[in-house]
Amino acid sequence: MAVAARSIHGTRRLKLQVFRTVVFVAAAVFFLVPIGAMVEFSTRGNSGQRTLEYWKEILAYPDMVQAIVASLELAAITSVVMLVLLVPTMVWVRLKLPRLSRIVEFVCLLPLTIPAIVLVVGLFPMYIWLGTNVSDSILTLALAYVVLVLPYCYRALDAGLGGIDVKTLSEAARSLGANWLDVMWRIIVPNISNAILNATLLSVALVLGEYTIANNLLYNNLQVELVHLGRANAGVSIAVAVASLLFAFVLLVVLAFIGARPRRMHRDPVAMLASPAVSSQK
Amino acid sequence: MTDRSGVEVRLENLVRRYGTVTALDGLSLTLAPGELVALLGPSGCGKTTALRLLAGLEEADGGRIVIAGNDVTGLPANRRNIGMVFQAYSLFPHMVAWENVAFGLQMRHVNAVERKKRALDMLDLVGLARFANRYASQMSGGQQQRVALARALAIQPQVLLLDEPLSALDAKVRSRLRDEIRRVQLEVGITTLFVTHDQEEALAIADRVGVMQSGKLEQLGPPTLVYSRPATPFVADFVGLTNRMQGTVRGGSVEVRGTSIPLVQPDVSDGPAIALIRPEAVSIDGNGGTDEGPLVGTVIAVAFLGAVSRVTVDLGDTTVLAQLPTSSASQHPAGTRVRLALRTDPVLIQREEPAPTAS
Repeated sequence: MAVAARSIHGTRRLKLQVFRTVVFVAAAVFFLVPIGAMVEFSTRGNSGQRTLEYWKEILAYPDMVQAIVASLELAAITSVVMLVLLVPTMVWVRLKLPRLSRIVEFVCLLPLTIPAIVLVVGLFPMYIWLGTNVSDSILTLALAYVVLVLPYCYRALDAGLGGIDVKTLSEAARSLGANWLDVMWRIIVPNISNAILNATLLSVALVLGEYTIANNLLYNNLQVELVHLGRANAGVSIAVAVASLLFAFVLLVVLAFIGARPRRMHRDPVAMLASPAVSSQK
Repeated sequence: MTDRSGVEVRLENLVRRYGTVTALDGLSLTLAPGELVALLGPSGCGKTTALRLLAGLEEADGGRIVIAGNDVTGLPANRRNIGMVFQAYSLFPHMVAWENVAFGLQMRHVNAVERKKRALDMLDLVGLARFANRYASQMSGGQQQRVALARALAIQPQVLLLDEPLSALDAKVRSRLRDEIRRVQLEVGITTLFVTHDQEEALAIADRVGVMQSGKLEQLGPPTLVYSRPATPFVADFVGLTNRMQGTVRGGSVEVRGTSIPLVQPDVSDGPAIALIRPEAVSIDGNGGTDEGPLVGTVIAVAFLGAVSRVTVDLGDTTVLAQLPTSSASQHPAGTRVRLALRTDPVLIQREEPAPTAS
C-alpha cells in the first residue's frame, strides 16, 4: 500500500515537474526570441557581418543621450515623489482615518481606468501653464508620471503594509518615546522595505517605458527618441531598445537581490545550541 | 537593576466618547506608588480605553490624568514616560531582541554601549539573556511578551501599562508569565495598571482589582474583598461563579430554602429577591437518602478541578453549584442524592427575574 501510494505520489510529482518545465521553456521562448532577434538585428552589418557599429553610434546621437538621461532622472524623481506621497499617507490612513481607506484606494486606482491619451487631454492645459509660468523642463513630466504610477505602487505598498501590524508597532514605538518621524523612518519603512522596492521597481519600469504622455505633451523622453531614431536609423534605435531592456533587467535583478538579502545574521553560540527549544517556554 | 520607587497615578473623572457611544463615563481611579491595579471587566466595558488614555494613545473628552503630581492629560504618548506591553505581539520584526529592548533608550539618546548593556540587563531580568540575538519570528509567544516587558521597562518608565498581555498565550504559559510579571513588577517597584478580562489573572496578581462595567468602576478593592464581598450584583456575577437562588428578604436577612443568611446591605425592604451565593458557600451535609426537603437533591455532574471539585446538584426547581474538596466530592458521584447546607456568610441580593440556572 505504502509503496503504491509513494509511486503515485512520485508520478504526480514528475508530471508536475514536466508541466513546469514546459511552461518555463514556452515563456522563455516567448520573451527571448524577440529580444534575440533585436540583438541579432542590432549587430548585423549591411553585408550581413557581425558588428557593434550601431551600439557605438548611440553616443553619436546627443538627443538620444539626453533623452536617456532625462528618462532616468524622471524615473528617479517619480519614484521618490511617489514614495514620499504614498507611504506616509497610507500609514496615516491606516492609523488614524481607516474610514477613508476605501476612498484613498479608489483615488489611487483611478488612473488605471483612464486611458493615457485621455490623461493627456486633461493634462495639456496644465502643462501649457506650467511651461509658461514655471518651467518647460522635461522633468515636469514627473508630475504626470506620479499620477500614472499611483495604482501600481499603491497596490505594492498596500500589500507590504498589510503584512505588518502598523497600529501596534507604531503605538509601541510611540510609547517608547519615538516621534512620528522616528516611527516612519525606523519602524515602518524597514518593515515594508520589500514593498517599497517593488513599488520603486514598478514606477521605474513604467517611466522608462512611457511614450504616450511624453510624445503628446511634446517632450522627448527615451521612448519618444527611440521612435524618432527608428525612422532615421533603425539599427541604432533597436540597439537602444535592447540597451534599455537590459538596463531594466539589471535594475530588476539588483532590486530583487537587495530585497532578498538575508537579515544581518547574529550568530550566538548559546542560542544556536538551544535552537531545538525555540518554541518551548523557558 | 536600579531601585526605583513608584509614583502616584490619578485618573480624574475621565470621559471618552466614540460618536454616540460613551466608552468611559467619568472614571476616577488612583494608583498608589508601586501598586499593581488590575482593571477587570467584559469586552467593551472601557478598561482598555482607560489604559489607552493613560498611555496617551487616545485623547480624553474630559477629565484629567495626573502622574507623580504632573498633569499629563495633553501630553503626546512619546513624552509621557510610560512603558506599555500590548495584547498583540508588538516586537519590531526587523530588530533582534536586544535591539528591541534598546529602542526606547535610543530614542532617549543613550549612547550605544550603555544602550546595549542596559538592554542585556533587562533581558536578564526577564530571563531571556541568551535569546538576545533572536528575531521575534524566532521566539515563542511567551518569549516575545517577556521581551516586550523588558522593552517597556528598559526606559525606566514612571508607569507600566499591561494591555491583556497574556491573552494570546496558552494556559500554562499564561499562568507562568503572570507570576513572572508580578515578580518583575515587585522587583522594579513600578506603579502598574493591568487590563484583563480574565478574573483569575486579575485576582492572582493585583494589589487591588477594579471591576468595570459600561465605562464605570463598579468596585475597587483587594482581590479577596472583591471576591468575598462584591459591592454589586454585577461584580458578584462577573467575579467568580455565583448561584442565583430565590429567597425572601425579612428583617435584614434573606431566607433561602429554609436557611436564613445575613445580607451585605441589610437596609433593604422585605420581599422576594434572588440571593447570590458562591459555590464554596454551599457544602454537602450528607446523603439525602429518601429524605425530602428544600436542600435535598440529586448530583448530576462532578467537575474535577484538581484539589477541589465542583458538584452540580439538581434541587428539582433549580440547580446549584457546590465547591468541595475533591476527597469529599468523590463520595458523591453523579446520581446520588445529597443534602446541601448553605454557609451563613453575608450575601448580596438582586431584585430581578431569576436566571434559569447557576451562572
